[in-house]
Amino acid sequence: MENKVFKGRVICKGNYEGECVVSKQGLNTLATFQKSALMNKKKVIGSDQNNPDVYGKNLTGVALILPQTIGSTTGGLVIQTICQMGINPSVLLFSEEIDSLAASGVILAKNWENSNIIAIDKLGSDILTAIKTGDKIKVTEDGTVTVIE
Amino acid sequence: MKLTKEEKAILDGQEGETKAKIMQTVVEFGELFGATELVPVTTSGHLVTSFGIGLLKPVYRIMDEIIDAGLKTPYPFTVDPRPIDYENVKCGLLNKLIFSKVMYSQQKHYEEQLSKIGLKNKNAFTCTCYLNEVGNTPKYGDVLSWAESSAVVFANSVLGARCNRNSGMLDIFGAILGKVPKFGLLTDEGRKANWVIEIKTSHLPEAQILGSAIGMKVMEDVPYVVGLDKFLGNELTDDVISYLKDFGAATASNGAVGLYHIENLTPEAKNFGKKLLNKDVKTYVIDDAELERVYKSYPVMWKDKNAKPTLCFIGCPHLSYNQLVSWTNKIEQALKETKKRKIAVRTIMTTAPDVKEKFSKTEEYKKLIAFGVKISSICPLMYTNNPIAGSKPIITNSNKLRTYSKSRYYKDEDILKIICGVKYGKQSF
Repeated sequence: MENKVFKGRVICKGNYEGECVVSKQGLNTLATFQKSALMNKKKVIGSDQNNPDVYGKNLTGVALILPQTIGSTTGGLVIQTICQMGINPSVLLFSEEIDSLAASGVILAKNWENSNIIAIDKLGSDILTAIKTGDKIKVTEDGTVTVIE
Repeated sequence: MKLTKEEKAILDGQEGETKAKIMQTVVEFGELFGATELVPVTTSGHLVTSFGIGLLKPVYRIMDEIIDAGLKTPYPFTVDPRPIDYENVKCGLLNKLIFSKVMYSQQKHYEEQLSKIGLKNKNAFTCTCYLNEVGNTPKYGDVLSWAESSAVVFANSVLGARCNRNSGMLDIFGAILGKVPKFGLLTDEGRKANWVIEIKTSHLPEAQILGSAIGMKVMEDVPYVVGLDKFLGNELTDDVISYLKDFGAATASNGAVGLYHIENLTPEAKNFGKKLLNKDVKTYVIDDAELERVYKSYPVMWKDKNAKPTLCFIGCPHLSYNQLVSWTNKIEQALKETKKRKIAVRTIMTTAPDVKEKFSKTEEYKKLIAFGVKISSICPLMYTNNPIAGSKPIITNSNKLRTYSKSRYYKDEDILKIICGVKYGKQSF
């Protein structure tokens, strides 16, 4: 079977191979990450009760596939903080154009925390249905996302 | 991005390393969205980060860098509400210990940092900085470097100011530079609507459910709402402003709305009407059934779903003066009907410090206090999202608070019944 391939715009480049979690709906950054961050946990377990796609799932070290982020304008700061704590997803893959809060978080993390969180946007809405949570994917520096398993 | 000579000099480090890094961050942020220039910020800032959570180490470190570099904002700024108010929102010893020593251990230090870089005054802590009593009220066309999703959407939609949905930290950076990148909601094109929302309800919808429904549907797009003026009229009266404040907060927390237009009511909708619609608009019809579907979709996160509520928060975002008066009158009437003198559920109403000062001089204030209601300027969200408070059955009429905590949402009329001890459903609280 032919591997599914998606190509997007590179915001922060890097290579990744591993599991992904897919949020089909807008991801509320504060609601998703706040509980684990506040409790100083070593891993983020998604805590947004309104988003069954991520609720209760490990989000640390995974590739998180989402349309955009939504909700509180603390969003960027939350991403910066989880990067500083080292509990962030390794990759953020946006089907749409990245939103202003996620963009802030990625840039803040890169410029102020020397974080290497990978971010790619404009991957197209098909990625939200073609890839399932638990699939193994490969992300390369040129913004290509491939399903490998 | 095309920078002026002065902006380039800052980027090159001629005004110090910290300011250069701030400029670099703001420029990179703008370039990601195709901004071709920076534009001047024309009035005071508003910051979302008001809480000294120990874990937010990046904030305190960057604030120290800003202070050490001698940087300040050109205009005094306001900031979101404080997370603690032991006088009016009493909590047990363990809770106090968790708040003061663990969760908000940096509160005092952080407030000192805020003061050093340009905090307006001790009353500057509220999410409703735009209310007249507080006075951080932008004019039509003002360019802002604000965060706080509910304040940004209000400033854009109700006041006609121009502000993107900035993140915490970017709000400070823009306020310090006095410049923000021009893209999105700062442009005429970015303020056009992609959605027409047709309101076909039998009565004025609950603001927070309507906002929630629209936010979930349009996400970060701009909605143009038709048919709401039938209920709200064509003037931005104090009551209408309060309604739009709560409506907008829900669009921004259940979605990512930064601007909405209400036909024949909000300033740009009045000025430009349907010219604000993009070519390929989508339509979302909201009737009574759709609102009920959305309301019923809210999960109840209490362990015991039939538990008796032990605390009620009203005022996320903070209540306006009119809302405080209105709640007083409604509670007075409900208590008369039940022949009770005091409310049955511990209730905290939250409002801006300046609004509280004004309200505290009224007869209604005395009544509300006599009924047993406490008035605070705390941030209910910051209070409820800790494990101890989170395990208690808390009720609220705020969709935003529901979204970020385990608090259970009720409509205004149901909240009134519950806190006044009126028989509600199968239960009498």
